[in-house]
Amino acid sequence: MTRSLFAPPDFSRAWMAVWRRNYLVWRKLAAESVLGNIVEPLFYLLGFGFGMGSLIAQVDGVRYIAFLAGGTICYATMLSASFESLYSGFARMHVQRTWEGILNAPVSLEDVLLAEWVWAASKSLLSGTAVLVVAVALGLSQSLTMVLIVPLAFLIGLSFAGMGLVITSFAKNFDFFMYWFTLFLTPQMLLSGVFYPIANMPGWLQAVSSALPLTHAIAIGRPLFLGQWPASVALHAGVLAAYGFAGFAIAVVLFRRRLLA
Amino acid sequence: MAEGVLSAKGLRKRYDGREVVAGLDLELSRGECFGLLGPNGAGKTTALRMLLGLTAPDAGEITLLGHPVPKAAREGRIRVGVVPQVDNLDPDFTVRENLLVYGSYFGLSRAQVSRRLPHLLEFASLEARADSRIQALSGGMKRRLVLARALVNDPELIFLDEPTTGLDPQARHLLWEKLRMLLREGKTILLTTHFMDEAERLCDRLAIIDRGRMLAQGAPRDLIAEHIEPEVVEVYGEGVEGWYAANAKALSARAELHGETAFCYLREAAPVVAALKAVPGLRFLHRRANLEDLFLKLTGREMRDDA
Repeated sequence: MTRSLFAPPDFSRAWMAVWRRNYLVWRKLAAESVLGNIVEPLFYLLGFGFGMGSLIAQVDGVRYIAFLAGGTICYATMLSASFESLYSGFARMHVQRTWEGILNAPVSLEDVLLAEWVWAASKSLLSGTAVLVVAVALGLSQSLTMVLIVPLAFLIGLSFAGMGLVITSFAKNFDFFMYWFTLFLTPQMLLSGVFYPIANMPGWLQAVSSALPLTHAIAIGRPLFLGQWPASVALHAGVLAAYGFAGFAIAVVLFRRRLLA
Repeated sequence: MAEGVLSAKGLRKRYDGREVVAGLDLELSRGECFGLLGPNGAGKTTALRMLLGLTAPDAGEITLLGHPVPKAAREGRIRVGVVPQVDNLDPDFTVRENLLVYGSYFGLSRAQVSRRLPHLLEFASLEARADSRIQALSGGMKRRLVLARALVNDPELIFLDEPTTGLDPQARHLLWEKLRMLLREGKTILLTTHFMDEAERLCDRLAIIDRGRMLAQGAPRDLIAEHIEPEVVEVYGEGVEGWYAANAKALSARAELHGETAFCYLREAAPVVAALKAVPGLRFLHRRANLEDLFLKLTGREMRDDA
């Protein structure tokens, strides 16, 4: 039993069929989905951007609303992967029993999990891109480097979806996910430099902030949006990837215990 | 073994110190319908999960269509169809989309499934419903669609876990008809049920299991002949307890009183029937012994709430 929990993963091309299934469902509701992904970050951008922006003329040498945009894109991306891996993933696993049906076909649990992981990251890419397009339409960036936010959104998605799957693997119901939002995701929104530079916080809080994946996402995303090449890209990307891959590996073990025991 | 579609030897599975499957042997031959019968919590669903390679047994060997399970369960499942106990159709897709998407899990292209689609829809009697949403289907339609979905890969062996639970009589009879069609096509069926009439109608052979152990295995009529007296008289009505205490044991090969009914099992029912006609207030039903009598004899009459 213990051996099989930690056995090497059994991946096959079948994961792409599962990914495609999620894509086909999304396509039916794409308009609503994209709108939902854009609306909240858009209000942050407009409200804080113009509201706070009237009090703060410039941050780190740029207009406040432009400073905010880079952080908001990363934040929206984080939320998108989290919603998908928690709520939608749980619905597919537990409520609709979609996974159960898939697992009766020649598809392994690892295939299903890989598909969920990559799908959640794909949705992050879509939401990140949507918010980016809005921000560009508002005239907040003219730099070509902002295009690189698209692949970054996918990486951020992998990071948060990997961790999200861990939470889903032991969730009993939807209410459980509130803990993850209030204890992990909301603090990141406030501590990872979405609204203000981390350098303005006290040292101990900066230390906390530097452990949070969203901080590393914004460390890459904001400069790209503002037309600068980010410092220490490998380090920041490495932290995001480490959270994502570690989360996914833990999730595989926990889902095996839950579904295959 | 050459004809073996599915074989299991010495299967065991333990959860939290309780042995749910405690040494199960099964051997299915091509083209037969094999029933796995048992009360709730007998280990039927766990046994199915092990046979499909979804749960590793603690001990035992399984061969599914020539592939060792769980090691090569994926290869084994390529030619297997599964009808689960609870419908798990994709609620976001139409009938047609459900079949197309499910086929993709077997590596079948849209074109390949599309070619089989008219046949599958016809089999499920859902031709007019191809573009309906799942929520718009009745319980019987959903069950038939789940069955059609299990056929999308043209399986040799079909697992059905309590396929008619929750269906009305019309829907059950229609589903049984579909299963007989599949047997005529040469498919092999492994079915779990706790409906004895279903098992008696469909199964060539069956196994009765309880608490993870095999209690009896064979053709339904043979099992009944082997374990149960051929005739049954059920007695109920005013004064049945007194009548049972005074006469039942003497007149029957075997007799039991449950609630307000006395069950008399006999080789020859005429003497009991004659005796009962003389007792005012008592009513009785004389019938042939059936699978339910066998099942209750082997698994007992107490309620099972542990599942």
